[in-house]
Amino acid sequence: MNLYDIIFYLFAVVTVVSAIVVVTSKNIIYSAFSLLFTLFGIAGLYVLLGADFVAVVQIMVYVGGILILLLFGVMLTNKITSVDIRTGTINIFPALLGSMLLLCVLIVLFLSTEWVTVPAELSKSTTAGIGKLLLTEYVLIFELLGILLLVALIGAASIARREKE
Amino acid sequence: MAEVGLNHFLVVSAILFALGLYGIVTRKNAVMVLMGIELILNSANINFIAFSRFGNFGLNGQVMALFVIILAAAEAAIALAIVLNIYKTFINVNVDEIDKLKE
Repeated sequence: MNLYDIIFYLFAVVTVVSAIVVVTSKNIIYSAFSLLFTLFGIAGLYVLLGADFVAVVQIMVYVGGILILLLFGVMLTNKITSVDIRTGTINIFPALLGSMLLLCVLIVLFLSTEWVTVPAELSKSTTAGIGKLLLTEYVLIFELLGILLLVALIGAASIARREKE
Repeated sequence: MAEVGLNHFLVVSAILFALGLYGIVTRKNAVMVLMGIELILNSANINFIAFSRFGNFGLNGQVMALFVIILAAAEAAIALAIVLNIYKTFINVNVDEIDKLKE
């Protein structure tokens, strides 16, 4: 068991344990903050997979953007001063059964398939390569995503600020 | 324990997917359902990057993961705007109680 394996298990345990807290905690704020640790753990896994640029984007967009947005959502939709921030749960037993079944099927599938893998070479910085791919092979998707983000921005602002007449 | 390889990452992503599904089905609060969706998107991203590393695909998987992150950001912004609007109209955001499209 070398250092790489130890770091992998560390990040995997952080990710999975905090993800369990996310879906089981009664308090929404606790869930949101343990989602922070899940996202950091996943960013660590990306680094272990040699994807340094995606890991930084993960931290900046997810932790800096989406998580803050979710926290705003929690704060704006609960009366924090009067009612405690709790979330009810429904269908626990069927959901547990279904997701456990799915998990077993997925793991059996993953472990029984003979994946053709190439030995992973020592990874270099990926930023230049990703930049080249974005502006050559994937340039259409890249531009479309730019338009999508603009539409999402305008749409979100107009939905959230609609006045009742 | 075996050397960490592709299967280890795939198992972590499978666990995250199952947890996200469990969160979506069991939670009442709409914001919590969104958190479950984020978990599922992240598990898909782990698969993209793991296959990009261990298969012979170059950087294509990482570019796909970037696109997924962008889509997740757009989805979170729109979904929270809708949640805020629902809250203004119905004074709660429990997905099992909201069954009307308008008041």
